[in-house]
Amino acid sequence: MKAMGATQEEYYRGVRMVPYDLVKELALALAGVGILAIVVAAVLSSPDVAPVTIATWAQSDPVDFVTTATGELAGSTTSAGYGNPYNTNGPGQAWGPIAPQKWFGTQIPIDSPGLFVIQPLQRAAVGNTDLSGAIDTWQKASSDQQAKWTDAYTKALADATVKDGKVSVADGDYGPLPTMMSNLLGIAQTGGLDGLLQVNGKFYQTDYTPSLLFIGDGSYLSGQAEQWNLLGNQWGMMNETGRYPGQTWLWLYTAWYQVPPFNSSTGFLGLSSSNADLGIVILMTLLTVALAAVPFIPGLRDVPRWVPIHRLIWRRYYARG
Amino acid sequence: MGTTTSVEGAAEAAPKPGSWTLRLRESIDRHLPMDHLLPDRQPYYVGSWVYVFGVVTIAALVWVVVSGIVLSFMGPQWWHDSSLGRFFNSLHFWSVQLFFIFMVLHLWGQYFMAGWRSGRAATWAIGVVIFGISILTAFTGYLSQQNFDSQFIAVNAKDAMNGAGVGAFFNVLNFGQMYGLHIMLLPIGVTILVVLHIVMVRARGVVKPIDPEGTKRGARP
Repeated sequence: MKAMGATQEEYYRGVRMVPYDLVKELALALAGVGILAIVVAAVLSSPDVAPVTIATWAQSDPVDFVTTATGELAGSTTSAGYGNPYNTNGPGQAWGPIAPQKWFGTQIPIDSPGLFVIQPLQRAAVGNTDLSGAIDTWQKASSDQQAKWTDAYTKALADATVKDGKVSVADGDYGPLPTMMSNLLGIAQTGGLDGLLQVNGKFYQTDYTPSLLFIGDGSYLSGQAEQWNLLGNQWGMMNETGRYPGQTWLWLYTAWYQVPPFNSSTGFLGLSSSNADLGIVILMTLLTVALAAVPFIPGLRDVPRWVPIHRLIWRRYYARG
Repeated sequence: MGTTTSVEGAAEAAPKPGSWTLRLRESIDRHLPMDHLLPDRQPYYVGSWVYVFGVVTIAALVWVVVSGIVLSFMGPQWWHDSSLGRFFNSLHFWSVQLFFIFMVLHLWGQYFMAGWRSGRAATWAIGVVIFGISILTAFTGYLSQQNFDSQFIAVNAKDAMNGAGVGAFFNVLNFGQMYGLHIMLLPIGVTILVVLHIVMVRARGVVKPIDPEGTKRGARP
């Protein structure tokens, strides 16, 4: 094998060489790009919309908060029925025999009723006999009875009213739920639930998985996101808040969610909106490998020869004949 | 030692033929002499603005790293409460935007120049890997902002990660993991690969215009 250094000399043999100052070019590029970045940063700043806390959610939309918490008890929220890696309550995404969500199992166990409702209430029930009694009643009830209470309460919440931050529903048989939910709402509105979910017996904490799953189960977060055009059908996460460019480099990834079969409920060849995430990750992986392998793919590697853009780039070279 | 003379200081020890150090030094001298690494001459056909996209991408990366070092030194909360911090965050943000604009222009430029020809396919492939890791680095950056964008991106992106089976190992809801990856492992990966990419470009030299040696070889590697 020839040495690469010798190869370059051989490669350039007969080619006219002209003076070049690589270090000067790099210094000028650093200065030019630096000035541009500094000016744009100073003039346009960067986006920083405050995050949603559980407290702001419970204060701004208490009915959505209580509906979500009731849904956690009923097992009807996204996280409660998600499947792996949080629990086994949902099948997860699969494409034929390809089911990586199932293969890797439950790695981050999330018990939505216990983690988001029962455990925070138990911690807050110290010295509160009404609340501790309500929790006791709930836990001793049969699952059928619990389902009847959550079903009736969820239906009643559709016509709930809010006064002074408190949620009221029509009279009915909801068991201990009104007591439990009014306490949970009160804890949340003071910011206590942010701490209970996040700290959860620890002191230092950097993992926001429980809090984000709970907030994501409600409709308040997505309602806020819709205002900023961040929803999936609005090209989702390649956008960002404010009039900023966002992650434009994700355009192709995001684009697949907007077209069939990935936005279709019926789908094609087993791919549909129900397993769009898996299908698009597989597709983008294949496309990335193909991009890296372009030099070896006939047709793709020949396009530059067929399209005369290179004649513009090297126009002085070709002008010499 | 057997290779030294008996007269102290009269002669230097001859290097062992199997010396790893000597072989490494000779290999570097052979493959990447300094006049290739820091050339003061270049082929006359290198005369288009397209060639600038590569160096300005590197320049933008330098500004990304410099502003990122300031932000990471001061901690993830700083820029939310300090006007100076906000400026450095903005500098980081726009340097990243410029980095991607220049990198994509560089990628398209190299595609239409078929820059992988004459033994440069690995240089192209590493460039694509840099592009992919850069996207992952920027993505973890968006997740590390500790604002509404981070929250909503995390809540939505988890489904893609979980669907692909990697959600528990690359947990976008775990700020500590995303922040660590963003300020440490991924930038180191990008920087090492960029250095390797540049070394490969300098070792091989700049590819000739398409078809200067006839059309038989075409745009093959």
